[in-house]
Amino acid sequence: MIQALVFYLFATVTVLSAVMVVTSRNPVHSVLFLILAFFNAAALFLLMGAEFIAMMLVVVYVGAVAVLFLFVVMMLDINFTALRQGFQTYLPIGLLIGVVLFVEILISLGAWSIGPEMIAAASAPTPAPADVSNTKAIGKLLYTQYVLLFQISGLILLVAMIGAIVLTLRQRPGVLRQTISEQVSRRPADVVSLVDVNKGEGV
Amino acid sequence: MTVQDALPGLLQEYLPILIFLMIAIGLAVVMAFGSMIIGPSRPDSEKLSAYECGFEAFNDSRGQFDVRFYLVAILFIIFDLEVAFLFPWAVSLSDVGLFGFWSMVLFLGVLTIGFIYEWKKGALEWE
Repeated sequence: MIQALVFYLFATVTVLSAVMVVTSRNPVHSVLFLILAFFNAAALFLLMGAEFIAMMLVVVYVGAVAVLFLFVVMMLDINFTALRQGFQTYLPIGLLIGVVLFVEILISLGAWSIGPEMIAAASAPTPAPADVSNTKAIGKLLYTQYVLLFQISGLILLVAMIGAIVLTLRQRPGVLRQTISEQVSRRPADVVSLVDVNKGEGV
Repeated sequence: MTVQDALPGLLQEYLPILIFLMIAIGLAVVMAFGSMIIGPSRPDSEKLSAYECGFEAFNDSRGQFDVRFYLVAILFIIFDLEVAFLFPWAVSLSDVGLFGFWSMVLFLGVLTIGFIYEWKKGALEWE
């Protein structure tokens, strides 16, 4: 009873905040509602017993992705009132594209069938939730049976890292840097020279 | 039947968090709407204006800022995800054996290549 009540509470807040993400006028408010939706989705995962995914949702999505979204929204610096001006004229074509996408999803879902080996793979190795904790069950499978996917995810992270550096790193010319090793390895003999100055002439 | 009997084992551990959440939401709602309802409200133009130490905002608070903040955030997310993979590995290390251990070492090695690359490129330096 309590579980159902809590589920409906979190589900309602999730749906409402998702609607607010799309409809709110200020994009920063949209991002904040997105964070609220992430939190509620984490609570819904928790209610299903997926403890690890719930915590990852909070750590990765709320902690990192939402901050990044805020960055992007702030960095875009778009004039949002000017952006909304053509709303009425572009509404029909936007609706048309939306309907086409929706029909495409319906068609692809209708033609979709699950292969017999997939059913076997999905049902075979999962242990009962009471015996082993969620995180441990994921760990048992991820690093042995699905090791290839695990390594591919590592390579994807590497590509993302290098891609981010290549795209956004700018070396500014003329910036003075402190190089400690150079400072330490300086010898007085290299840089100090004694000059014999005649009297009354100056240097 | 008490509250504890009505919930399955896993969710019982999260019951304090739920109670905490309810109290927090309730307190926030009471404080926000209580002052709105109980407090006297007689606004006039002088009261609502910024005065003395405050002044009118010069420009929009949402200006563009340097792209390097974005780079730092992306690099943070990537290492955040790397750590997310470490949690189930650490929990199940006694079950996955030597193979699981070395698969994680390989994963960390691949990301260390990226780490050395960004170190050498100077992406971690703030000019």
